[in-house]
Amino acid sequence: MSSTTNSPTHHTSTIGAIGAPSRRNTELALLVFAVAIPVFAYANVGLAINNQVPAGLLAYGLGLGLLAGVAHLAVRKFAPYADPLLLPLATLLNGLGLVVIWRLDQSKLLQSLKGFSPAAPRQLLYTALGIALFAVVLIFLKDHRVLQRYTYISMAGALVLLLLPLVPGLGADIYGAKIWIRIPGLGSLQPGEFAKIILAVFFAGYLMVKRDALALASRRFMGLYLPRGRDLGPILVVWAMSILILVFETDLGTSLLFFGMFVVMLYVATERTSWIVFGLLMSAVGAVGVASFESHIQTRVQAWLNPMREYELSRQVTHDGILHSDQLQQSLWAFGSGGTLGTGLGQGHSDLIRFAANSDFIFATFGEELGLAGIMAILLIYGLIVERGVRTALAARDPFGKLLAVGLSGAFALQVFVVAGGVMGLIPLTGMTMPFLASGGSSVLANWALIGILIRISDTARRPAPAPATNPDAEMTQVVRPS
Amino acid sequence: MNKPLRRIAIFCGLLVLALLIRDNYLQYVKADQLASQKDNRRVAIQRYAHPRGDIIVDGNPITGSAVSKSGDFKYKRTYKDGPLWAPVTGYSSQAFDGSQLEKIDDGILTGTDDRLFFRNTLDMITGKPKQGGNVVTTLNAAAQKAAYDGLAKQGGKGAVVALEPSTGKILAMASYPSYDPSSFSGYSDSDAKAWNSLRDDKADPMQNRALRETYPPGSTFKVVTAAAALENGLYKSADEKTNSPLPWTMPGTTTQLKNEGNIPCENATLRTALQYSCNTVFGKIGADLGNDKMLAEAKKFGFDSEQFTPVRSNASVFSDNMNQSQTALSSIGQYNTAATPLQMAMVASAVANDGKLMKPYMVDKLQSSNLDTVEQTEPQEMSRPLSSENAQILQSMMQTVVEKGTGTNAKIDGVTVGGKTGTAQHGVANSANPYAWFLSYAKLSDGSSPVAVAVVIEDESANRDDISGGGLAAPIAKNVMQAVIQSKK
Repeated sequence: MSSTTNSPTHHTSTIGAIGAPSRRNTELALLVFAVAIPVFAYANVGLAINNQVPAGLLAYGLGLGLLAGVAHLAVRKFAPYADPLLLPLATLLNGLGLVVIWRLDQSKLLQSLKGFSPAAPRQLLYTALGIALFAVVLIFLKDHRVLQRYTYISMAGALVLLLLPLVPGLGADIYGAKIWIRIPGLGSLQPGEFAKIILAVFFAGYLMVKRDALALASRRFMGLYLPRGRDLGPILVVWAMSILILVFETDLGTSLLFFGMFVVMLYVATERTSWIVFGLLMSAVGAVGVASFESHIQTRVQAWLNPMREYELSRQVTHDGILHSDQLQQSLWAFGSGGTLGTGLGQGHSDLIRFAANSDFIFATFGEELGLAGIMAILLIYGLIVERGVRTALAARDPFGKLLAVGLSGAFALQVFVVAGGVMGLIPLTGMTMPFLASGGSSVLANWALIGILIRISDTARRPAPAPATNPDAEMTQVVRPS
Repeated sequence: MNKPLRRIAIFCGLLVLALLIRDNYLQYVKADQLASQKDNRRVAIQRYAHPRGDIIVDGNPITGSAVSKSGDFKYKRTYKDGPLWAPVTGYSSQAFDGSQLEKIDDGILTGTDDRLFFRNTLDMITGKPKQGGNVVTTLNAAAQKAAYDGLAKQGGKGAVVALEPSTGKILAMASYPSYDPSSFSGYSDSDAKAWNSLRDDKADPMQNRALRETYPPGSTFKVVTAAAALENGLYKSADEKTNSPLPWTMPGTTTQLKNEGNIPCENATLRTALQYSCNTVFGKIGADLGNDKMLAEAKKFGFDSEQFTPVRSNASVFSDNMNQSQTALSSIGQYNTAATPLQMAMVASAVANDGKLMKPYMVDKLQSSNLDTVEQTEPQEMSRPLSSENAQILQSMMQTVVEKGTGTNAKIDGVTVGGKTGTAQHGVANSANPYAWFLSYAKLSDGSSPVAVAVVIEDESANRDDISGGGLAAPIAKNVMQAVIQSKK
C-alpha cells in the first residue's frame, strides 16, 4: 500500500491522512461496462432467437442500470474507500446470468417440461432483493468487527440453518439432495448458501481467539506440528458436521465447501502447514468413508469417471434402483459443441441438459454459446473477485477482518471450482450453484451479502487513518522516532 | 498472517488455472470429437436445420423439404409421388434414418460432403444459408409412370426395370406395392405409426423388388442359355437344326424334361426353340455345355455378383458344382437359378447393345446447391457376354418371339421389338402361382436401341391359367418402351 502525505510541505506529521485514493469514479466507469455488456448480450439473444431486439430491452437496461446505480450510491455513501472492482464484477456476472436465464426461458424444450415457469422474472426480483441486501449490509454494518461479538450466536445460527432441511415437513428432497427447505408462499430456499457466510463469521471469531493456542501449543512429530488433543476438538467438530451433511443431506458440495473453508482459515490463522496436511487427510478419510456406503455418492463418482456409460444407462430401464442421469454427458457435449468461439448467444442447444439447465448447469450454456473464449473470460472474472477478496484480507488491519475476508473469498473460490469443475467433468458433480450466474434466489441473495461484507472490510482496510487534530505547536514538537 | 494469505491467493489462482486448463482441454482439444459424437443430438439437429438437397428426374425435383411442426428438427423430407419413386429415392426419416439414394448420397444432400467444402465456405462468407446439393438421376419420368401404373393396374406384386442399353442408364425402376416415404419422414407419433404399419404389412411394400428380390427367371433365362450356345460354338446360327430329341431324358436320371403343351421342339432350330420356349432344347444345351461354361456365360451377364447402381442390388444366382441334369434345369431358369429384375434387364440390354453389357447406374451427376457439377457418372462397359455377330443372331431370334411367338403382346408399330417371356414355376411341387416374366428391348429404324426392359409379376390372386409372361408382363413392357421412345422424339 502506498502512503502519501497530503502535502509535500508537511513532512513533520507523524500520522498523515494516508491511504489509497477512493476510486469511486473508477468503479462508476466500470459499472457502465458491467451494465452495457449484459444489455448488449440481451439484444443479441433476442436477435438470435426471435430475429428482433427484445421488447423489454430498454426496461432491462434501465432496471439493471438502476440496480447498479443504487449499489454504487450505497458504496459511495457508506463505504467510500472500498475496492472498486468487486461491485462491477459482481454486477456483470449477475447481468449475464439474467440474460442466459432469460435465454433458457425461451427454449421450447424446457417449456415443455413439467413444472416449467419462466425463471428470469424471478431472478430479476431476487437480484433486486440481493442488491437491497447488499445496501443494507453497507448501511447497518458500519464496522465488520461488530460481527466478532456474534461468534457463538453465528455458530448456533449456522447449525440451525444447516439442519433445517432435515426437519420433517420443512425440508424438501429435490432430485436426491436434501438441501432445500420449503417456505409456504415464498418457494424454496437453500439455507446452505447463507450458512456459508455465517460460518465464516463464526470461524473468524473463534480462530482469532484460539489461534495462538492452536499455532504454538503442539508437538513436533515427523517434521509436522501436531495439535494437542484439546485443540483438536473444534476441527473434529467441523469435520464431523461436514460428514453429517454429506450423509444426511447427500450434499457433497456443501460438505466440501465448509470443510475447505475451515482448513483455509485455520491455516491462515495459525500459519502452520501441518493443519493443511491434517485437513486434507481428514477430508480424504471422510470422503472415502462415506463413499464406501453412500450409493448416491458412488453413482456420482461413477458418472464422473464414465459419463458416456451413465448416459447410456439413463436411456435404458435399469434395475439397480439408481436414478441415472445423462446430464454430465449432455453438459460435456454442450462444451464440446461450443468449441473455441461458441455458437453465439441464443444459438446453442444446451437445453438438451433439460432439468437444471439454468441452475446447476448454467455454466454449460455459457460454454456452448460463448465458447472457450467466453468461459475463460468468466473464469477470470471469478478469479479477479477471489483475488480482490484475498487482497482485501491482506490489506485488512485486524485479524478478524483478515480471517473473515479470506474465509469468504476462499469459500467463493471453492464454490466456483466445485461447480465449474463438476459440470466440466474435472471433479465429480455436486449440486451447487454458480455464484451470480445460476438461477436461484438464495444463491443471489447470499452472494450479494458476501460481496457487501467484502466491500465493508475493504473499505475499513483502505480508509485513510483519521488526520490528527491540528496542533498549533506542531512546528515545535519534537518527534522521537524509533530507529 | 500475510504469508499464508499470499499462499491462499496462489492456491485460489491454481484453482482457477485448473479450470482454465480443463476448459481448454474440453473446448479446444476434445471439442471436435465431442461435437461429432453421434449421440450428441446437435449432430442430428444440425443435419435437419437446413432444407435437404433434391433428387431430380428429368430436371424436376421428386423430393422436397417442409418445416416440421414439432420437435427440434426443423426440416423434414417430403416426396412428390412418393410410392412411384420410392424404389429410386429410398427414404430419409428423422426417426428412422434413411435408405438407398437418400442414404448413399446423404453427404451431398445435406451439404456436409467434403466435395462441397469450397461452396459451403463461400456461402458462409457471403452469408447465404447453407443448402444441400442435388442428385440428378438418369430416370425417365414417363417410363417410370408407365411401369408403375402397369404394375398397379395388375394389382399383384411385381417390379419393372428399364435400362438404356448403350449406356447402362436406369430409365425406370418400379416396385409394387410401394409406400410413401413422406408418411414417416418426421419425428411424430403419426410417423412412428406409419412406419410400424408399413413394417407389419404382409405385402412388404418397403421391399425394393427391382433390386432386392430374386425370382426364378424361368424361360427368360433361355436367352442366356442361347447366348452360351452361340458363344461356345455349340450352334453357329439361329436357323441351324439343333440335336434335340423329344422326349429328352436328363443325363444321369430317368426323368424326362417336359415342354408346356405340344410344341414343335424336336431338333428345332434355336429360333424356333426360343419362339416356342422349348424346355427340351435349352435344357439339353445346358447339359451339353456343362456347368462351367454355363456359369461363365451367366457371370458375364452379371450373375453371382451384386450390382451397385449405386444402390446395391442382390446378387442373382447361377450355381456352381451342379451335375448335368441340375445344369439342364438351371439353364431353363429353374432349380437354383434366381435373378433380380435388374439382372434380367441387363441380359436384354446386353443383347440389344450388340453384346456389350454396360454397367447399370441411376445417378447421372451430383450437383452443389448452385448446380455446379460435383461428380459426373460416365457410362462404363462391364463385360462382353456376346460377340457382335452372335448378339445379332440372338436379336433376330428374340424378334421372332415378339413377331410370331409367345411375346406378340409387346409389338409396337414402326419399332423392332425383341423379347422373351417367362412363366416361372415356384412353390413346393409348383403349388404356388408362377411368376410372369417378360424381358424385351426396342430397336429404332436407325439401328439404335433406346430401351431394354424386364418385368416380373408375382400374382397370387390371379387365375393360374391367366398367368403368363406374354399375357401379364408384356403389355407393361410395351408401355414402358413406348414411353421411352415417345420421350426421345
